[in-house]
Amino acid sequence: MAGGREVRAVLVALVLLAWSAHGLYFHIGETEKRCFIEEIPDETMVIGNYRTQLWDKQSESFLPSTPGLGMHVEVKDPDGKVVLSRQYGSEGRFTFTSHTPGEHQICLHSNSTRMALFAGGKLRVHLDIQVGEHTNNYPEIAAKDKLTELQLRARQLLDQVEQIQKEQNYQRVRRRRRKAPGRYREERFRMTSESTNQRVLWWSIAQTIILILTGIWQMRHLKSFFEAKKLV
Amino acid sequence: MPLRGSRSAGPSGRLLLVVALAACAARASEITFELPDNAKQCFYEEIAQGTKCTLEFQVITGGHYDVDCRLEDPDGTVLYKEMKKQYDSFTFTASRNGTYKFCFSNEFSTFTHKTVYFDFQVGEDPPLFPSENRVTALTQMESACVSIHEALKSVIDYQTHFRLREAQGRSRAEDLNTRVAYWSIGEAIILLVVSIGQVFLLKSFFSDKRTTTTRVGS
Repeated sequence: MAGGREVRAVLVALVLLAWSAHGLYFHIGETEKRCFIEEIPDETMVIGNYRTQLWDKQSESFLPSTPGLGMHVEVKDPDGKVVLSRQYGSEGRFTFTSHTPGEHQICLHSNSTRMALFAGGKLRVHLDIQVGEHTNNYPEIAAKDKLTELQLRARQLLDQVEQIQKEQNYQRVRRRRRKAPGRYREERFRMTSESTNQRVLWWSIAQTIILILTGIWQMRHLKSFFEAKKLV
Repeated sequence: MPLRGSRSAGPSGRLLLVVALAACAARASEITFELPDNAKQCFYEEIAQGTKCTLEFQVITGGHYDVDCRLEDPDGTVLYKEMKKQYDSFTFTASRNGTYKFCFSNEFSTFTHKTVYFDFQVGEDPPLFPSENRVTALTQMESACVSIHEALKSVIDYQTHFRLREAQGRSRAEDLNTRVAYWSIGEAIILLVVSIGQVFLLKSFFSDKRTTTTRVGS
């Protein structure tokens, strides 16, 4: 009785742990490419974990793991430049740090062509993307720096506040490091609105001028026409 | 009786269970993805019974900035279904173990593709330290830290939503800008074409009349 309860507790724990390994998943086709967008400030670390499972026609279920199945991960920065482009196995972990603030695009696609033959083209991908301060592993930091609980909590609060501050900076743009204007969000927004405003203004002035000029041209042309025809 | 039971379970078993519960109760998936026109994308998650979950989504760019969303439990019962929503937040408690499925659909749209953000929070955040070390209640400093942490989490959440609304506004502004540009060019061209056309049409009326008058004259 005593041993049974302990075994059951361990089994439940293991099952729950297995469930928690990679939570959210989705299905992807053979040649399909799935892209995810992360809009982040600069100097932010992003960690992505994924796990793939192949559909097995015979057992009508997803196999726990398939060796030889790979995923190609490609990460592009806001300027379109490729930051990371690598092939990983059926289970992988990719990390990158942003150097430019903006929309980074993370694209995943399967590199395997065997899928269509064996699996009927269905692949299950478990994905977990963590950004910024969520990437910190606090128990590890506590062990490495030998922090007490209070110090660890203070460190966590400091990380959170730093992330908030970075996001605010990106939002408002107090600093302009490079020549390219309008890289930061609100500045871009303001520039777009001002450009629209200017365009509407110039267009209405130009249209009035065109209208007047064509009116004048019409009258003069017709007048010379009628005079030639001796009707006026 | 209870004392006997706890002794028989063993400290290692309980420890594992606590750690596992802490681990599995911890997850927030925040994903922004692009939904093509006439497409439907589904996400699945395995949830344990009794876990409190929250699904929040917001449409960032595209068309009328709306999407259909549907959340189903393992039996297929629809827990949440909304059509053409821009932003919503839905909290539920998992009534049974299994795979929960939620789908976003853009099938009503013929040519606009949408960018959708969603945040699916399962359970509570894990405690910073494993619970088995906890022998005394939290000190005042520690509970102050915990409440600051919770407050900062909600600040980050509001900040995310603000960022998304700003992105949405910017997307609308850029759409407007492009439309104004095309419309002004188009209207200038139409104006010129119509006015020149009018003149030549008028001239053509008088030209015909002239040939008839000369014929009548002769």
